[in-house]
Amino acid sequence: MGASYGKLMMWFFLMSDAFTFSALLITYGLVRSSHKAYQGAVDAFTFSQNYWPIPEKVFESVPFLEGVSLPLVFVGIMTFILIMSSVTMVLAVEAGHRMDRKAVEKWMLWTLLGGIAFLSCQAWEWTHFIHGAHHGSAVAEGTTFFGANLAHNQYGPPDFAAFFFFITGFHGFHVFSGVCLNFLIYFNTVTGLYERRGHYEMVEKVGLYWHFVDLVWVFVFTFFYLV
Amino acid sequence: MAHAENESHVTVLPPDKEKIKKLWTVAGILGVITAIEFIIAFTLHAGPLKTAIFVGMTIVKAGYIVGEFMHLRYEVKVLFWSILIPLIFIVWMLVAFIYEGIAISLVR
Repeated sequence: MGASYGKLMMWFFLMSDAFTFSALLITYGLVRSSHKAYQGAVDAFTFSQNYWPIPEKVFESVPFLEGVSLPLVFVGIMTFILIMSSVTMVLAVEAGHRMDRKAVEKWMLWTLLGGIAFLSCQAWEWTHFIHGAHHGSAVAEGTTFFGANLAHNQYGPPDFAAFFFFITGFHGFHVFSGVCLNFLIYFNTVTGLYERRGHYEMVEKVGLYWHFVDLVWVFVFTFFYLV
Repeated sequence: MAHAENESHVTVLPPDKEKIKKLWTVAGILGVITAIEFIIAFTLHAGPLKTAIFVGMTIVKAGYIVGEFMHLRYEVKVLFWSILIPLIFIVWMLVAFIYEGIAISLVR
């Protein structure tokens, strides 16, 4: 098919991964559409176990700005970080084609930095989601509940938090694997392995994976946070 | 030592300015679409139209990432289609599951 064995296998792996992520996101769609939607003005929205929450009301916090309502700003920043690290990755691939070791090292470092920054953001977001906002919300047993775990959450039906943990967690795990692979590539570039080998195809293969992780985030961003 | 020897016979080509410029343009397009999505999220009321716009923009972004960054647009046609055609199954999965979800919500 005009591609090397390794690249072809990476494409097939990514196909199967695309099916896994689609299954998760589509199941989210199924469960969400089988729950009641919130009717009424967006401004008057309050968390309740009776209907699915509006995502922008759940994700409206930014680090160091406690109590300020900045809906989706932090997720937006995360999206930009991931897009930027995708660009630096493709620049590393371009440098690899030219056998420019110094440039590959430089761009791989930026890519690593982007990946680590994204993971750090996600760690903060998870912590905030689990600990919850000031007021908490009433659960079925008549008590007030703060934050979220797999059984209860203050934002809406239990399924909401379960999907948050599962979808963003599975994506975050992919980012983590990507950072490990990127580090391996960086290490092998620095030691001159690819230069001795005469080509930088490994950068390309791991690049495919890294762009896929970015691609999945584009879908998660739309279907989990925007819609 | 062996390292220095190797370096001598590696020819480093100069950066392809045009290609790099194109990559940054694609990055700019992705950034701008995300910014527009962000604005729409707070200006349009929730409904089928808003969802349709978001899905459309997401597909455009996905096209740029897969086509340009992952280079699929420039691969051999057989590879291109063998990646794209199986995605029909995902579309079918989506249609079937959302239909099912709406049916469940009517029964509840």
